[in-house]
Amino acid sequence: MKTCLVVDDSKVIRKVARHILETLNFEVSEAGDGREALDSCLASAPDVILLDWNMPVMSGMDFLRALKDSAVSQKPKVVFCTTENGMAYIRAAIEAGADEYVMKPFDRETLESKLQIVGMA
Amino acid sequence: MIPLAAPEMPASGALNVLAALLESRTGQQIAANRAWRVETTLKPLMRARDIAGLDQLVSAILDGKHPDLADKVVDALLNQESFFYRDAAIFEMIAAAVSALDSLALGRRVRIWSAGCANGQEPLSLAMLFAEREEAGGPQAPEIVATDVSEAALARGRAGRYSQFEIQRGLPIRRMMRWFDQEGEDWIAKPDLVRRIQFKRQNLVGDPPPIGRFDIVLCRNVLLYLSASHRGRVFARMAEVIRPGGLLVLGAGETVIGQTRAFTPSGRFKGFYEATGLGCASVAA
Ligand SMILES: C[S@@+](CC[C@H](N)C(=O)[O-])C[C@H]1O[C@@H](n2cnc3c(N)ncnc32)[C@H](O)[C@@H]1O
Repeated sequence: MKTCLVVDDSKVIRKVARHILETLNFEVSEAGDGREALDSCLASAPDVILLDWNMPVMSGMDFLRALKDSAVSQKPKVVFCTTENGMAYIRAAIEAGADEYVMKPFDRETLESKLQIVGMA
Repeated sequence: MIPLAAPEMPASGALNVLAALLESRTGQQIAANRAWRVETTLKPLMRARDIAGLDQLVSAILDGKHPDLADKVVDALLNQESFFYRDAAIFEMIAAAVSALDSLALGRRVRIWSAGCANGQEPLSLAMLFAEREEAGGPQAPEIVATDVSEAALARGRAGRYSQFEIQRGLPIRRMMRWFDQEGEDWIAKPDLVRRIQFKRQNLVGDPPPIGRFDIVLCRNVLLYLSASHRGRVFARMAEVIRPGGLLVLGAGETVIGQTRAFTPSGRFKGFYEATGLGCASVAA
């Protein structure tokens, strides 16, 4: 079973994402901000991370940079999942090392197709 | 699948008239288990035209005062669902097939026909794939001819404009960044991408195929709701326009087996089909 860490400060979004991911046969864990996500990755890295942009404590972008520099050896695939839908944001995320990008709102098909693109579904 | 209104059945009731209209224009049948959707599907059109219900809609079509109404109804009833890189592995196989054709040093451009191209996602997926290969120093991209019975669908394909919802489905983000520009909430394919596709109206059950012969024909998720005899004729026609050694590509849930003798599963490309040369005879006919 593949593992996915959902990083989002919205409980509702985490719940929606978890539900979709579970129907896609993922084992899901959650984090409410980048800091929590980093701790979680250091303890045990997931196969893929669904990452929000704007979060308290540590943003998605800061998390992505921290992950790169971290001791996490088996780097997970990172799929941004955010309401930031401008080309400039998308470019910045990809340049910072994100593998894919989902613009909210999303549905099951979108998420599934993006996970397929990164080789996870 | 149980057709709602077989042509030999006397049409009674608005639903049957609409089903007969759709079938006479496109060969598409409305499966009994989808009939309940007809009214929902036509609601926006009826609202826009101030039409109260299906009976009134049928009267309006029949009185001939609204020449475009029947077209609009047919468009609305066609299933035009599509997305980028639908069944992604198929696109890699098409790329492999095109490379094989290229390496035969044919000295001519490979030609691909996307039949039933809907709103353009399928031909655009091909165009991006081959444009990138060309840019990376590969052989000249194949010529892509994309056809559909629906003018509305073709217009959308030519415009290359997709909502945020549509653009994300199946399209890798790097390709979106490379080939699309953002305009408000929409994403628009760059002109030098759309330019690579010839969009043409063609009815698979009525019109002759596009001119010339093709190396690869895609007809995916189009023939599902055609009657067996229509389907047999479409296969036979396609067999005639495919070059020797060329391939037919169907949707993931479709096959030629038991449908036609014009095609047989390809030994070289699993999941694709090759013409047998027995073009004229369909099993069902
Ligand atoms: C479900 S879409 C499939 C689009 C695309 N090939 C794909 O697989 O994603 C089917 C398309 O076939 C078109 N179609 C249906 N009947 C047709 C006919 N008789 N001739 C040409 N196109 C037809 C519809 O207008 C629609 O755009």
